[in-house]
Amino acid sequence: MSIILDHVNYIYSKGTSDEVKALDDVSFEIPDGDFLGLIGHTGSGKSTLVQHLDGLLKASSGSIYFNGEDIYDRDYDMKALRGKVGLVFQYPEHQLFEEDVFKDVCFGPKNLGLSQKDTELAAYRALKDVKLPDELFYVSPFELSGGQKRRVALAGVLAMKPEVLVLDEPTAGLDPEGRNEILGLIKELHDKQGITIVLVSHSMDDVAEYADHIVVMDKGKVFMNGTPKEIFSHASKLETIGLSAPGVTYIMRRLKRAGFDVDTTAITVKEAADSIIRAVNHA
Amino acid sequence: MLREITLGQYYQAESRLHRLDPRVKLAGTLIFIISLFISQKVACYAVATVFLICMIRLSKVPFGYMIKGMKAIAFIMLLTVAFNLFLTSGEKLVSFWVFTITKEGLKLAIFTAVRLAYLILGSTLMTLTTTPNDLTDGMEKGLGFLRLFRLPVHEIAMMMSIALRFIPILMEETDKIIKAQQARGADFESGGIIKRSKALVPILVPLFVSAFRRANDLAMAMEARCYHGGEGRTKMKPLIYKAWDIRAYIILACYLSLVILTAVISPI
Amino acid sequence: MSIVETHNLSFDYIRRDEEGNVSSINRALNDVELAVEKGEFIAILGGNGSGKSTLAKHINAILYPTEGYVMVDGKKTSEEENILSIRQKAGMVFQNPDNQIIGSIVEEDVGFGPENMGVETKGIWERVEESLKTLGMWEYRKHSPMRLSGGQKQRVAIAGVVAMHPECIIMDEPTAMLDPAGRKDVIRAARALNDVEHITIILITHYMEEVIYANRVFVMEKGEIRMTGTPREIFSRLEELEELRLTVPQTTKLAAELKKRGLKEIPDGILTDEELIQSLCRSYLTM
Repeated sequence: MSIILDHVNYIYSKGTSDEVKALDDVSFEIPDGDFLGLIGHTGSGKSTLVQHLDGLLKASSGSIYFNGEDIYDRDYDMKALRGKVGLVFQYPEHQLFEEDVFKDVCFGPKNLGLSQKDTELAAYRALKDVKLPDELFYVSPFELSGGQKRRVALAGVLAMKPEVLVLDEPTAGLDPEGRNEILGLIKELHDKQGITIVLVSHSMDDVAEYADHIVVMDKGKVFMNGTPKEIFSHASKLETIGLSAPGVTYIMRRLKRAGFDVDTTAITVKEAADSIIRAVNHA
Repeated sequence: MLREITLGQYYQAESRLHRLDPRVKLAGTLIFIISLFISQKVACYAVATVFLICMIRLSKVPFGYMIKGMKAIAFIMLLTVAFNLFLTSGEKLVSFWVFTITKEGLKLAIFTAVRLAYLILGSTLMTLTTTPNDLTDGMEKGLGFLRLFRLPVHEIAMMMSIALRFIPILMEETDKIIKAQQARGADFESGGIIKRSKALVPILVPLFVSAFRRANDLAMAMEARCYHGGEGRTKMKPLIYKAWDIRAYIILACYLSLVILTAVISPI
Repeated sequence: MSIVETHNLSFDYIRRDEEGNVSSINRALNDVELAVEKGEFIAILGGNGSGKSTLAKHINAILYPTEGYVMVDGKKTSEEENILSIRQKAGMVFQNPDNQIIGSIVEEDVGFGPENMGVETKGIWERVEESLKTLGMWEYRKHSPMRLSGGQKQRVAIAGVVAMHPECIIMDEPTAMLDPAGRKDVIRAARALNDVEHITIILITHYMEEVIYANRVFVMEKGEIRMTGTPREIFSRLEELEELRLTVPQTTKLAAELKKRGLKEIPDGILTDEELIQSLCRSYLTM
């Protein structure tokens, strides 16, 4: 059970003068239950890549296997795939359209052909999962605050009961508390419901904190692929493509050079604090 | 795919046509359109074709780029052609099921198609070589006399230029919304007309909401930069006719005379 | 004299139903007192819905106070005849770069403000050149804004304001929709305008790393100013900030965590890596 990308290429405006190779021989695996952080610059191909995962864009060449089946097979059920791989776009609240929150969340499961009862049950569960207060279920989505709208939009995808949830910068434009709420929700979905997560993010700190696995994209290619610790131990390599390691990693390196016996692979505030305390107490 | 529409967009290049005064280009487009309606003689269309080709070459806009923009309106063209083809009475050529194609219908359909295509190419050429701001200025100054009839010329011109600027942004937005709704299992490709038009609601509502939000933002941004209508406004690029603009008017006059002359003397 | 001053400023968003009767009143600003001196770099922090954008729109005379007043360079925003001069003196940059660029090529957009002010043609060109060069966007003057990156678009928008020769620029979450590279670009530009051109900057944001360079920070919640102080003073009040839906930069967070766990010598409100490393070396490095 996993997603495998096998030599995927994608070319925009093929055959014209502004032909762009958006994905260039991309191969990697997203194992079942993974929490994948997908990082890279604007224009590195991240957004193009995630649109391949649920078949919105079709690779120019190469294959994608979902649970062992080639999604480009002629008889593959694309609609079912879109239910299994839930894609949450950037600023997903801009796609809300129904007259009330509940109806909007029903849109996805209804499209999948669920019965009225199952649709409503799925929508209810999803709204509960994103912790939207009950009294907001039947108000217009346009009346909600920014953070609430974002959660409703997330529920709209969750209601389709996806096995994989792909989120393109889900925290963009939110305040720090709103960011924590959304990331916390995503972590809960991963930990408690076992949903595989693909998180596209610009924030190294967030990826370091939440992801188990990181893929770094650059110019449409997979630039690096590994665990957060592996990736961020190559800070200078990341810097060559304009990215960086989390801030604390740099602090740890400088402390090490200054003579502290600290762990330079620390990538979160907690790990860094643990290691510094240990180093200080030891000495 | 929606992003490919070039209708009404500006194409950056250094050409004689780009540098012309927008008033000349407006007048030129008008004259070109008039010339298409003067006569249905083949010779007239030949003259128009030569003129159009020359202008496109002069503009340095790749022809392929212009054609790409036509795709969007291919449907309207097909529809018009079909109407002319099937609904004109006259000498019967072919007939199948309820459709009958007549000689007159065929002729009319071809003319309509050519006329429509030229009309669009001509006006696209103007917008491709003129920035919306220039276009606004040109309209404002060229049509300034209409203010005497209490027409808000500046406001209309400003509105047009903003509309042109927002077309590509809204296109991109539509593309994004369609994809996002597809990701939620929406199906825009199957079912009858009623089902399909119902399927448009999840696209149109967010699109309208977004358009209004953008309009509101833009209005605020314009106000914040001291915009208060056309009164007391100066111009960064004031319109002053140069030698080439005068030459262009003369060329336009010659072209129009040529078309009229052809219409009178040509047998076909 | 203060360039921007508010006194007793309150503002209600009033919603009306179809018949025009008031259906709800929402207090967005409550009794805000603010005084910004010429040449200062001010940051206004606050979570979503804290009223910070509403405040910004008051300074630019886009919204008018329900109670109290706002003065820009000694002129009240509520008086009709002051509006244009206030908007010229206190320019504004908005969040969404796509929705504030009016021109279809960069130079035309930058010229829009001066055109509205009635600057003569030659003057407009001088201002456009000067402000595009200041923002490092001169080589893009003939480009369509559509093809620029988010950070570049935002710099064009700032250039458009700079061309109006303002004394103060209010930036309403200018980085919220940008990637990290674009965010750095915009903040660097804001600091340069303050340092070199001595333009007063009022930066509204919820990215904490961006306020480190401010002279003073105001923290807003529910339409009120809850905290005021230097970045260091504000960042040393971590718990209070978290209650206001905010946080501190990672370095400050790490320093606070270390202090909580027994390293008492670390001072409050650490702002940079350098400060943290030095204080650790000074107090805890045994050689």
